[in-house]
Amino acid sequence: MRVKALESLLVEKGYVEPAALDELIETYETRVGPRNGAAVVAKAWADAAYMQKLRTDATSAIADLGFIGRQGEHMVALENTDDTHNMVVCTLCSCYPWPVLGLPPVWYKSPPYRSRAVSDPRGVLDEFGVHLPESVGVKVWDSTAEVRYLVIPQRPGGTDGWTEDQLATLVTRNSMIGTGLALKPGQVKP
Amino acid sequence: MNGGQDLGGVHGLGPIDPEADEPVFHAEWERTAFALTMAMGFYGLWNIDKSRHAREAIHPAKYMTSSYYHIWTDGLIRLMLDAGLVVPGEVHLGRQEVAPRDLHRGPVTAGEVAGILGRGGPADRPLDAKPKFRPSSKVRAVRMNPTGHTRLPRYLRGCEGEIVSHHGGHVFPDTNAHGKGENPQHLYTVRFAARELWGDKAPANDCMHADLWESYLVQA
Repeated sequence: MRVKALESLLVEKGYVEPAALDELIETYETRVGPRNGAAVVAKAWADAAYMQKLRTDATSAIADLGFIGRQGEHMVALENTDDTHNMVVCTLCSCYPWPVLGLPPVWYKSPPYRSRAVSDPRGVLDEFGVHLPESVGVKVWDSTAEVRYLVIPQRPGGTDGWTEDQLATLVTRNSMIGTGLALKPGQVKP
Repeated sequence: MNGGQDLGGVHGLGPIDPEADEPVFHAEWERTAFALTMAMGFYGLWNIDKSRHAREAIHPAKYMTSSYYHIWTDGLIRLMLDAGLVVPGEVHLGRQEVAPRDLHRGPVTAGEVAGILGRGGPADRPLDAKPKFRPSSKVRAVRMNPTGHTRLPRYLRGCEGEIVSHHGGHVFPDTNAHGKGENPQHLYTVRFAARELWGDKAPANDCMHADLWESYLVQA
């Protein structure tokens, strides 16, 4: 396999240390992922002051929860409302907010999503099972620079008095990209 | 460049087909491709814009039909060849043929990884020049077709929009990708009505946003 050969070569030439490669893989496979973003959204739902900080300085609000660094240096939060649904894409490559969502799924990086997210977002949403009435405007955000976007989905009803940990179970990765909605209380897998 | 990467509005690419409960990596080689790309990037011999350009320079037919970690691997090989870190025969055989380039430091260690990732690579830069536009300014994206790197996608060129927000000075990818300096410019988020981009059949309520550098824009 070509990649394996490349790894052997770069280790032989002293350019990479195998333990560092393992650390990189483990970081994104086990520690950095959409649970981080779900904690941000749950806090925003539960704490109006935190939501306000997310609106005005998302990078620092997200850093308050310890989520910082690569591919999250300049964060903007996009709040879904009764009349606005936000959806994020990178038509030119695979830009994605790593500290809060981890590495992007294959479909996010692939030509079908990248081509149609901007030209037919409602058709794309239909494919994800999200059917929006015409009265809800769809706002698409193409990540063409180093600004990274996190969608704050609407808080589902029937969650009054829930703790942030409980609320976070309703927040899916796709709801933070904008290709999904937050789960309703009865939809959470045990 | 008008390459395979500039996908906004392309037709005929099929269903999105999201995978349920998708794992972070699908195979060991994907883990390795990811980690090698990251670890070699840490030397700072190339920047993020040059990396993107190395990937988009892949032939469009191959780009559109390759998995993303294949694209990353191809890009990494191109960057390492350009930087004189490896020679083609070595890549082919997976064995050293020429001495390594002296990079004036050893490889990044496992203990250094968290710190490097945490610091990230902020792209904002101080800028003395005043911004030309302000929120609600009407602007038009310029028509241009550079053969080098740019972050102005084709589907926005020539179209009229409105400034939504201003992000201050940011590194300019069109020069930074080619070793011609960071040349920071004001960066703006610009909103375009779906109908301005896609015609009358687009929903009246919908809009697209992109983050665009000042030289991509003129007053409308």
